[in-house]
Amino acid sequence: MAEPLLKVEGLNKSFGGILATDNLFLDVLPGEIHAVIGPNGAGKTTMIAQLTGALKTDSGKIIFDGRNITREPSHVRSHLGLARSFQITSVFLDMTNLDNTALAVQAHDGHSFRFWRPARRDPALREPALRALERVGLDHRADVVAANCSHGEHRQLEIAMALATKPRMLLLDEPMAGMGPEESAQMVEIIRGLKDEHSILLVEHDMDAVFSLADRITVLVYGRAIASGAPDEIRANPDVREAYLGEETAAAPDAPTPEGADSRARG
Amino acid sequence: MGELASLRTPRGIFATVILGLCAFMPVLAPALDEPFYITVFARIMIWAIAAVSLNLILGYGGMVSFGHACYLGIGGYVVGIMAFHGVTNGFIQWPLALLASGLAALVFGAICLRTRGVYFIMITLAFAQMIYYLSISVEKYGSDDGLTIDFRSEFGGLIDLEERTVIYYVIFFCLVGSLYLVHRVVNSRFGMVVRGSKSNDARMHAIGHPTYRYRLACFVIAGMICGLAGILQANLEKFVSPDMMYWPRSGELIFMVVLGGMGTLFGPVAGALVFLLLADTLSGFTEHWHIIFGPFLILVVLFVHGGIDGLLGRREAAGG
Repeated sequence: MAEPLLKVEGLNKSFGGILATDNLFLDVLPGEIHAVIGPNGAGKTTMIAQLTGALKTDSGKIIFDGRNITREPSHVRSHLGLARSFQITSVFLDMTNLDNTALAVQAHDGHSFRFWRPARRDPALREPALRALERVGLDHRADVVAANCSHGEHRQLEIAMALATKPRMLLLDEPMAGMGPEESAQMVEIIRGLKDEHSILLVEHDMDAVFSLADRITVLVYGRAIASGAPDEIRANPDVREAYLGEETAAAPDAPTPEGADSRARG
Repeated sequence: MGELASLRTPRGIFATVILGLCAFMPVLAPALDEPFYITVFARIMIWAIAAVSLNLILGYGGMVSFGHACYLGIGGYVVGIMAFHGVTNGFIQWPLALLASGLAALVFGAICLRTRGVYFIMITLAFAQMIYYLSISVEKYGSDDGLTIDFRSEFGGLIDLEERTVIYYVIFFCLVGSLYLVHRVVNSRFGMVVRGSKSNDARMHAIGHPTYRYRLACFVIAGMICGLAGILQANLEKFVSPDMMYWPRSGELIFMVVLGGMGTLFGPVAGALVFLLLADTLSGFTEHWHIIFGPFLILVVLFVHGGIDGLLGRREAAGG
């Protein structure tokens, strides 16, 4: 078995008296999509924030590619190849989509103490930025100011910006948040297309998407991983059904169908 | 991109007219029998340089410094103190004054930029007031009476600042140079990082930009350009005083930037021009001119989105 790209060992984080992350163990293998699901308030976004360095970790270890990054600031993690998308769209609203993505490219093209040449006419930034937009299907909107884009386009831009940092691993925090069924389906295809080149840790509420994409699923409840395994195991796990899936499957009985997983295995 | 490259847009025309006015004032003013306007415009251009420098951090970088006038004072006082000790060589005075402004900005910025929002505003104000009280407390250099400068900076006979027209065009050249410098900087990779940090600093970190060092460098550049304005002011007035860096001066600078249009290349120049001409005109009518001036500024801020620049039409993206 391959060495995991990301390894989380006994991670903790508390806010006041509340344990948001409770002795969490998790790993992501190279080329794997590992989904993390859990009800609202399970600590999924806290976990992402700890993994990316936006939040300081109380105790435990985060190992990325064999290196302990637990205390590294966000920008260092980004340079090691760990990229994130935000659950709540967090882009540069006053800039065009291409500018947004070009800034992400720029962060990984040497230092930025370059004061003279116009950045917006630099093909070394513009071309990779445009390619990242192409991969999420947003290239036709490259010159539109982000503030004038739709919610779905913002979600695509989120992914494009993460991709533009040439990451080895993507942490996607609810990429389908607030999307309609059609947009979600499109996003599933985008994420599936990324899988060949990137390991992905996917936090998502959309069960269709999770069960069709994930190689493994970890279920988080109150900051603690109550189960981890292949989609079928998770679906069959009685604890998970009780804690989480019960309500979902009751509401949408045909939601987690095995077809998605099969087609993924073949593709 | 930006006004410099697009002279046929309303913004380009506006900028050309104002800079043209500045360029020809030494000819225009005597022709109109108002030679006093040469000095008025020299002062306006100095404030414009200071406003352009503040705009670099405030408009493009979102760093609301409420102590920016202190670099005006530092630049001016270095010239004044050196002249007091008989060092009038501009080749020594000017670089040292720029260095002092830059160093002060480096030290203050390194501390201030660890804070955000209101705290940033307050701590920049605190540092500026510290320098202000320092200048008051040193009796050797005139304390609150200020320091008279007997001779303007000398450049070995190359440039004679005692000539009214010469010093005027030196100031004009510094203004145009500052504008060009800021234009290049804000559109460079460095400038994009500073703007990105204003727009969304958390995202900048997430995509791998360590923004602190760039914001600090930007703060230092702005401090040095403002220091240049101080050097020019000391030379023009042949006088420096603590009043140059009293906190209302910093407030006025902010107003000039807001009035002209934050984050626009030429806005601060227009802001300085309108602010000072209006203050000058109003104070000619009545002693209580602040009663008219204050509400006017409030109305502009409330109703004219984007300041004077905003009146020249909409901008699509955050442009140069």
